[in-house]
Amino acid sequence: MDALDLARWQFGIVTVYHFLFVPVTIGLSALVAVCETLWVRRGHDHWLRLTKFFGKLFLINFAIGVATGIVQEFQFGMNWSDYSRFVGDIFGAPLAIEGLVAFFLESTFLGLWIFGWDRLPRKVHAACIWAVHVGTLLSAYFILAANSWMQHPVGYAYNPKTGRAELNDFAAVLFNKVQLVTFPHTVLAAYMTGAAFMLGVALWLQVRTSTPADDRTMYGRATRLSAVVLLVAGLGVAVSGDLQGKVMTEVQPMKMAAAEALYHSEKPASFSIFTIGSLDGSKEKFSVKVPGVLSFLATGSWNGKVEGIDELRARYQKTYGRDPGAKYYATGGYTPVIPVTYWSFRVMIGLGVAGAGLGALVLWRTRRGRLPTGRGWVPVAIAMPFLPLFANSFGWIFTEMGRQPWSVFGLMTTSSAVSPGVSTGEVLTSLVAFTLLYGVLAVVEIGLILRTVRGGSAPTPIDDPTLEPVDRPLVHAY
Amino acid sequence: MELTTVWFGLIAVLWIGYFCLEGFDFGVGMLLPVLARDDTERRVMINTVGPVWDGNEVWVLVAGGATFAAFPEWYATLFSGFYLPLLLILLALIVRNLAFEYRGKRDEAAWRARWDLMLIIGSFVPALLWGVAFANIVRGVPINGSKEFTGNLFTLLNPYGLLGGVTTLLLFLTHGAIFLSLKTDGEIRHRAGALAVRIGAVTALVAVVFLVWTQTLTGNAGSAVLFVVAALALVAALLMELRGREGWAFTGTMVTIAAAVAGLFAALFPDVMPSSTSVAFSLTTSNASATQYTLTVMTWVAVIFTPIVLVYQGWTYWVFRKRISTHHIPGGRSGTPPMPQKVTAGR
Repeated sequence: MDALDLARWQFGIVTVYHFLFVPVTIGLSALVAVCETLWVRRGHDHWLRLTKFFGKLFLINFAIGVATGIVQEFQFGMNWSDYSRFVGDIFGAPLAIEGLVAFFLESTFLGLWIFGWDRLPRKVHAACIWAVHVGTLLSAYFILAANSWMQHPVGYAYNPKTGRAELNDFAAVLFNKVQLVTFPHTVLAAYMTGAAFMLGVALWLQVRTSTPADDRTMYGRATRLSAVVLLVAGLGVAVSGDLQGKVMTEVQPMKMAAAEALYHSEKPASFSIFTIGSLDGSKEKFSVKVPGVLSFLATGSWNGKVEGIDELRARYQKTYGRDPGAKYYATGGYTPVIPVTYWSFRVMIGLGVAGAGLGALVLWRTRRGRLPTGRGWVPVAIAMPFLPLFANSFGWIFTEMGRQPWSVFGLMTTSSAVSPGVSTGEVLTSLVAFTLLYGVLAVVEIGLILRTVRGGSAPTPIDDPTLEPVDRPLVHAY
Repeated sequence: MELTTVWFGLIAVLWIGYFCLEGFDFGVGMLLPVLARDDTERRVMINTVGPVWDGNEVWVLVAGGATFAAFPEWYATLFSGFYLPLLLILLALIVRNLAFEYRGKRDEAAWRARWDLMLIIGSFVPALLWGVAFANIVRGVPINGSKEFTGNLFTLLNPYGLLGGVTTLLLFLTHGAIFLSLKTDGEIRHRAGALAVRIGAVTALVAVVFLVWTQTLTGNAGSAVLFVVAALALVAALLMELRGREGWAFTGTMVTIAAAVAGLFAALFPDVMPSSTSVAFSLTTSNASATQYTLTVMTWVAVIFTPIVLVYQGWTYWVFRKRISTHHIPGGRSGTPPMPQKVTAGR
């Protein structure tokens, strides 16, 4: 392994890890905000308790998301300095704006929310968590605009004098057609993730035999709320994912071919549910195929032509042989690692469908105020949070690995993006340090979440009316 | 004025904001084992920065992002060059962040002690290493014709760089102690005040040596004025602290840090990262910058959003302006009962 491989592993590990916490933050902040708003509007104690309980779980998750997010901001300069030099004029702007517009909003209002119980009027307090949620959405928008630019660079020109890509239309970057489908897909998937988290926790507490009757009703409310969000968001993820597939076929046809391991163009193209045997285009031992589905995913027509890897490779070589970013350009096979793209695409879809399906099942079984009971729900509750969570991971692995060998599609390869001045030993040191630390933190975090979930929601403490608000003990004190 | 100069100034402002605000967070973290006598007192200390530390930390993320956007070459050379110190800072910030959020989540002495240690280390390491990094930026490091840093970790650990680290460390300790004397009540307030004066005296000596050294290395008229302001403000802060005027003392250390960092940037300008290999290889505001178009876009964004951010961050400090004492800690021992008191030095 050289510095490039290690840097790629590091990017993969820290980014996939970071993105376990991001969608929970986006989704759960919205759900906690809904709970608190329901409390403010209806005044029912259940919603207050749910706000505080899921708020606590939200904070455990948020902390690690923010902590690992710091690495994201700096690793481009550390491990990918030639990338930073080449695209910094374009790529740096959304990152800086994300910090200024989104991170300040999130962190400041979260501080107000944590410490503002009893210090702020109820409506203002509820508005704080909404502000946090808006912050997470803005953050998602700007960072996805940056990523979409890597998938489909627009609004720039290559300047041979400076040897870099330079921004000439910022609006084109913000409203990139890839961005317009990626943002809804990612955010809706985040709502699914947050909802599945809440659903798993609430369902488990609700069917637990030691939970008091009134608390079961309370968790039943959370179960119902999160199941609705999970199903609706799930449908949205499917629709936006379909749109995304068509845009992807247009701007990165190789990625769609790699998603199916389709070596030769087909019309109509079938979609294989799974394949046994090698995926190198030579032979397949066994495969379950649905005719026409790949054509539909890629083109919107059941009879559309989908280009295969071999034809695309020839076309790419013709197109990118004389690339404007020649200094950064290295010839390659233009083909991503097919087993990775093939399986990550399927696992993403499978986990997402399973998550939304279980949401629908729970919704049906809780119709008209029914409360599910019985040990049979325990495995469902435990599996629930992980389905959309890992669907996100595989989605990112697919879209990033499917873009290889490009770092910026058609413009800069990954091998030319790495820091030339950073030694293998340095990258190895940071890879080992981050991986070890992240591993320990995962254990600590999961332990803390399980402990908090087992403890359940605490009853609302009775206020001491003789104390002025500012003299009361802090509610969510550190 | 050219936009590159404007953005050099804005990045200086972001770092000033970061060090002024996160400086006292670091100070509070480092003073945890020194000032608190028991867990309730530790929690009082931590809760003085509780609502604001996360917002304070964002300043460094925005400083990093703004450097990337406005001076991509500076961002690339600096962060790939100062690789290992930056790695240590990142690891420290990660464990510090989690210490804040996690230490109170389990009511066990061993759990809390472990996170307290993380908080102390996570505050100490960046407080020292940011100073080492900035001193080296100002002094100049080996950079070749391809804008690549050619030194290693030990290049950065030179006497001047280390003195820079010790200076920021001491400054943040003093700043944090004064902050605690301003934001707490009861015994801990007096302990913090007394300690602030003692550490402050040492800080003043070290800081003056460092600033004079900087001035002789690369200083100009602008940096000289700013360094004098920084030194005077520090002396004034300590005098105010002695007289129990904690609000003014805190203002003093804010001015000290702001003027010192501004002075470092003034000494740096128009370079952003001077090369000690050859003057021709130095990164400057013009050869490291983004295009005029990008800088224009970013200027509009900054002009619109920075005031909004300042307003709501300022509002947070207003909401949490009151002193914290042991009776605010749930389940903690009840200290002095809340007495009606005049709000002193609200910020």
